[in-house]
Formats: sequence, C-alpha cells, structure tokens
Amino acid sequence: MTKKFKLDDDSVVVIVGSGAGGGTLANELAQRGVDVVILEAGQHYTLNDFENDEWAMFNKISWLDKRISAGGWHHTKTYPNLPAWIVKGVGGSTIHWSGVALRFQPHDFQTRSVYGEIKSANVLDWPIGYQDIAPYYDLAEKKMGVTTSKASGQPEMPANNHYKVIAAGAKKVGYKKIIRPVASNSTPYDDRPACLQIGFCMQGCKIGAKWSTLYTEIPKALATGHVELRPQSMALRIEHDKRGNATGVLYADKDGNHHFQKARIVCVAGNSIESPRLLLNSASSQFPQGLANSSGQVGKNYMNHATAASVAIHKGPVYMYRGFDIAAVIADEVEPNTNRGFFGGYYLEGLALHLPYTAAFMKPGGWGREFTSALDHYDHMSCVWVCGEDLAREQNSITLHGSEKDQYGLPIPIVTKTYHENDDKIAAHGLAQWRKVSEAVGATRVIDMPAYPASHNMGTNRMSAKARDGVVNQWGQAHDVKNLFVSDGSQFTSSAASNPTLTIVALAIRQAEHIAGEMRRKAL
Amino acid sequence: MTTKNKTNPLEAAPTMRLIERRPQLSRRGFLQGTGLATLAAGVLPNLLATPPAFADAETFPTLGAPLATTLLRMARDLYPHDQLADSYYVTALAPYDGQAKTDPALHKLLSDGASTLDAAAQAQHHHRYAAIELETDRVALLQAMETTPFFQKIRGGLVTGLYNNKQLWPRFGYEGSSWQKGGYRFRGFDDLDWL
Ligand SMILES: Cc1cc2nc3c(=O)[nH]c(=O)nc-3n(C[C@H](O)[C@H](O)[C@H](O)COP(=O)(O)OP(=O)(O)OC[C@H]3O[C@@H](n4cnc5c(N)ncnc54)[C@H](O)[C@@H]3O)c2cc1C
Ligand code: SF4
Repeated sequence: MTKKFKLDDDSVVVIVGSGAGGGTLANELAQRGVDVVILEAGQHYTLNDFENDEWAMFNKISWLDKRISAGGWHHTKTYPNLPAWIVKGVGGSTIHWSGVALRFQPHDFQTRSVYGEIKSANVLDWPIGYQDIAPYYDLAEKKMGVTTSKASGQPEMPANNHYKVIAAGAKKVGYKKIIRPVASNSTPYDDRPACLQIGFCMQGCKIGAKWSTLYTEIPKALATGHVELRPQSMALRIEHDKRGNATGVLYADKDGNHHFQKARIVCVAGNSIESPRLLLNSASSQFPQGLANSSGQVGKNYMNHATAASVAIHKGPVYMYRGFDIAAVIADEVEPNTNRGFFGGYYLEGLALHLPYTAAFMKPGGWGREFTSALDHYDHMSCVWVCGEDLAREQNSITLHGSEKDQYGLPIPIVTKTYHENDDKIAAHGLAQWRKVSEAVGATRVIDMPAYPASHNMGTNRMSAKARDGVVNQWGQAHDVKNLFVSDGSQFTSSAASNPTLTIVALAIRQAEHIAGEMRRKAL
Repeated sequence: MTTKNKTNPLEAAPTMRLIERRPQLSRRGFLQGTGLATLAAGVLPNLLATPPAFADAETFPTLGAPLATTLLRMARDLYPHDQLADSYYVTALAPYDGQAKTDPALHKLLSDGASTLDAAAQAQHHHRYAAIELETDRVALLQAMETTPFFQKIRGGLVTGLYNNKQLWPRFGYEGSSWQKGGYRFRGFDDLDWL
C-alpha cells in the first residue's frame, strides 16, 4: 500500500531522516496507527545497488555535501571536508553500519553524579536512568535480531579467523569478557536470511542479513498504509506559528523545487550534524538563535567517541576480510576505574577493513617503505577500533558558515572538535592494550592508526532535566517547542563507550509510544 | 587460489585456504594449451601476469614519455612494492594524463613539479631524478618536497589508483567481491590453523 498525504494535511507527523532513529520511529508510530510523512534527503537504494567494493559504495551513498572540520582534532588536516562518515539515503547510516549492538551501562546515565565535575568538560546527567530504557533495550534487541541477546534468542555469530586471533590474544593477556552482540542474523530471523559471511557489511549487506531500516522498518512502516516516504527531499527549515508551535517543514525535492509540508508534530532525525543544523537554520524573528535553542545548547556538546584504530601483523595469514566485519569485542575495560588515570572506559572492537580502506586509513598521508612494508602483509593483519567514552564539551560544536552555502542554499556546517585530555588518555590506553593482545599471539608489528572520520555522532541536541542545560526533555521533546521532537543520537547527554545505534533505536521506540499516547489523549 | 588438503582426512581438519600471491598464468588465456605456457611460466612469470604498459607516449599522449618516466619513478619510490611490475604503477598514473588533457592547470602542476624535482636532482646528484641510482637519494629529494601541491597530488591519487586496482588485489592476498561466490560461509572464513 502506498499512501500519499497532501501538503496541507496538518494531521501528520513529519519525520526528517530515515536512519536508525527516523526509520524506527516511523514504523513504531505507524504500527500504532499514526500517519507519517518521512522526508529523506537521499535516494532510495535497493540491495541491487550494493556492491562489494569499498570506494564504489563510499562514493555512491555517503553524505558528501561540503562540511568543514575545525578545532584540534587531526581531521582538519587528514579529512578537512569529511569530519564525519554518514550515509545520505533511505535507511541512513544503518546501510553501512557494522552492527555492533551494545547497551549503555547504568552509570552512563548519571555521569555528572558519578564522575563529579570534570574540568573543561560539560558533563550532565540524563533525565532518565537505565531502568527507564531497559525494557526498550529488550524491544530493540528483539527487533534487530541482536546475537546473544535473550530478547531475540539469536545464537552467537560463528567465529571467523579474525575473531579467533583477537580472542586468543585477549585470553592470553587475561581478558575474560570477549563478546559479540551484533545486529545481523546468525540464523534466519524476521524473514531475512542468515549471514553468509560475505564480509562487506559496511558497504551495505547484499543479502539483507544485517539489520538496516532500509529493508526492515521502512517497508514495514509503508505496509501499514499510514506512511509516505519522500526520498530526495531535503528539509530546509521548520516553520512555527506565533504561539511557538511547529507548523511544518519546508523542503527541496530532487529538482530543487521547494514545498511546505504541514505537520501536527515534527521529529528531527538527520544525525548529529544535520539535526542541529536544521534547528539553527530555522531561526526566525521570534527565535533568533535558532529553533528550540533558548539554552544555547543546540549544536553544542558534539561527541564522537574517544577513538583510534590499529593493525597488527601476525605470523600466519588471517584474511580478516573473510566473514562478518566485526570480530571479537573485548569488554573488560569498559567499567569505570579511575586507577587507569581516566574517567569512563572503552571497548576494543575487532573491525575488519578491506585492502583499499586499509591503504587509505592506516597512515593518512603516509608513503615510503615503512608504509608499503606493512601493507605487503595485509593478508596477515588483524585490526581494532577503540570505542571509548567521549566527554561533552561546549566548544565541540556544529555551527553555520558565515558565507559559504551548499547546493540547497544552506550555510555549510562547521564541525569543531578538540578532544578532552581524558579522551586522549582512553585512546592511548586502548592502543597499548591492543598491542599486548596482539603480541600475546606473536604479532611482529603493530601500527597505530588515527581516528577515522567520525561514524558515531552524538550529543548536539542533548536531553536535560532543566530547560537551561539542554535542548530536549526525557522524551526527546524540545523544551521550547511542544510539538517538536529530536529522535536520533543528537539527544544523547553522554556518549558512553557503547556504539550508539541500539540506544538510538531503544529511545525511538520509547518516544513513539509516548507520542502516540499523547496524540490519543489530544495532549499533542 | 589453491585449496590444500592434508592426505589423511582423519588426521586433522583441512588446512587454511590460502591465496596464491604470485602472478597467475591462467589470465593469459592465449598461451594456455600450448607448450609456450609451461615455458613462459618458468622464465617470464612477472611479465606474463599483467598486461604490458609503459611510461611511453602511447600511454601518456598528453604528458609525454619524459614526464611520465619521472612520474613512474616517483610512484615506485612513494609506494615501493618490489614484487609489482611497472604496469600497476602505470595504470595508477594513467588517469592523470586523461585529466591533464582537459585541465591545463593540472598539466602545468605536473610538469612544473617534475622540473623542480629534476632541478634539485641535478643540483645534488648531477642526474635527472629518475636516473639517480640510490633509492635513499631519491627518497630524500621527495621528502624535501613533501608539502608541495605537486607531491600531494601524485601521492593522494596513487592511494586509490594503486590499491583500488582489482588486478592488483590477489598480489596482496585480498579477494575482493565475495557475494557472487556465496560469501565465505563455506569458503574458509574460520579455517585459521596456526594459532
Ligand atoms: C562505517 C560505519 C560503521 C558503523 N558501525 C556502527 C556499529 O557497529 N554500531 C553502532 O551502534 N553504530 C555504528 N555506526 C553508527 C550508526 O550508523 C549511527 O549511529 C546511526 O545510524 C545514527 O542514526 P541516526 O538516525 O542518528 O542517523 P542516520 O542513520 O545517519 O540517518 C540520518 C538520515 O537523515 C537524512 N537527513 C539528514 N539531514 C536531512 C535533512 N535536512 N532532510 C532530510 N533528510 C535528512 C540523512 O540522509 C540520513 O539518511 C556506524 C556508522 C558508520 C558510518
Ligand atoms: S558478513 Fe553477513 S552481515 Fe556482513 S555483509 Fe555479509 S552477509 Fe551481510
């Protein structure tokens, strides 16, 4: 059933973005009988468009509209116009996410209370606790078919070579918590096949074994007859009435023509750069600082995890690219323990790169025999990604360029990031431990790599109990604008050490339940 | 690709499916079935593995042979893999020629850059850059110009020009696209045997 809504139909919920947050929210609302229009800037790709080719897929589906890297991170030099790695397409970054599905720990929701005040950071407690989100974690794990989760009943993913090398090293150095909760089918699930160990998860799973809103939430939402999906529709600004309520969204279609879709409620889920950018671009005479920004926190507290990567060269072949892209995840360092000299913790996540990406990311700008003698052993490599807690800092932000505009006529976003000393300590600790893990199984050379363009983007419209400290309340509802919601990772008050998507999905389910209830009660 | 199996199946699991990294003859279909194939395998393995390509005026009609020779030497010094034939580097450089045809600024960047490199080479070693014998001497000259747009242009393009070439992947033990073969579920995703 394909449903069409009129532009002047002001009974619909308009959702901006169709990724982890927006796609899930759309389906959860539709299942509750709510009418939804999804505006998605990117195209509607299908499995046929997916290629087992790193650069071909990067060029096909990435968000490549100009952005500027600023601040103290190395991205200003290595990736000056690619601060973050995000997909522009129906399904958003869930097309090429790698599927790690980790819950937050209980203390992650109370970092200000647990850590105390941290100098030159802007740490704050969430207005919700672990007990509020726990039932939604169950629902999210079930929905996504997360392996080793009680809620889904899915068994573990069979160990590939890359997993075995990392797990063996981890055990040798005394690590005990070697886990692999991933949102890809270890056995057939939800009418999708079991993973065939194709190994190109980050290029779009060719058989749809890995969860992506593109072929789960979105088709399910459309099948209800309550949802219209408009691809190649870029939201330009959210309009409001005199009472300060959102009235709808102005967007540009694929030919650049502008349309205004009226709305009863607007939900923003464009990922943590575009969501605050849209609110800032919606500034008006009534809200000169941007919509929902009386706190001044829209676009602030940009987090992307304390991170680094590293490859190890082993004495025998590994062929890390064979099989599911996430190998063993080491969870022994994630519990907070300030004896290590930092707040928070981190995961060591085995993450396979194929040859073209290894060449590009191992040592950006690198050349000469030091570089090529390592790459000559590509088939003997294992590779890790350190994922650690990143502290909120006000100066880390999304701001608008003063004069330069993109193809839609919108000011280009500037992504400013300077890691906190605590973040650097986490990354350094993670790299040192990885070296031990690798050398324990005889690795002869370990090469530390700088952080990739940010794939986890969080915090730029954060939740807060008080309106002056953040942008949205415990439901993701704007403190200032009653019928405006934020439905993606930009709601996060802290980053935790966990990859964000499971939490984004859990929050979206919780938010859908709340919105549908409030609509029924006519409170919204 | 070869699959090696132990002789006694009861003894142990099959060993790891390894990727043959040396050039394979099979791609030279025209030699197959002739006595030449066996002969050539012995004497000319490197040459036969890849289509011939040279830093000549035919491959570089816009940039010309002298400039192409300098760029080829530079490419080999930037990303030295002694096991790789020149042809891979030529393939990686060829797009510059195509672009230079319609982009005079790029053409100038490349020819000026190469001239500067040759001038420094002449001053220090009394030879054109490509004719300097010692790799360390050539690398020192490259290091001295590492921040120039010319250097960055060549280096940046080579990372994809070289390592994104499918023909080159087997030489690094990398297999490329796998879905059409059913992934690795039944093709050695878990056959590691040396731990
Ligand atoms: C390579 C890679 C690997 C990853 N691996 C993992 C992992 O293992 N585990 C994990 O938890 N996370 C992972 N992530 C991160 C994960 O993909 C994101 O956290 C998640 O998808 C974010 O969800 P979102 O809804 O905020 O945004 P997205 O999923 O990015 O969706 C945002 C959508 O909004 C659209 N959009 C933006 N602005 C507008 C606008 N103005 N108008 C209309 N549409 C708009 C975009 O086109 C996009 O489709 C990975 C990411 C990458 C890039
Ligand atoms: S390894 Fe599994 S999840 Fe990844 S692309 Fe292949 S089939 Fe899909």
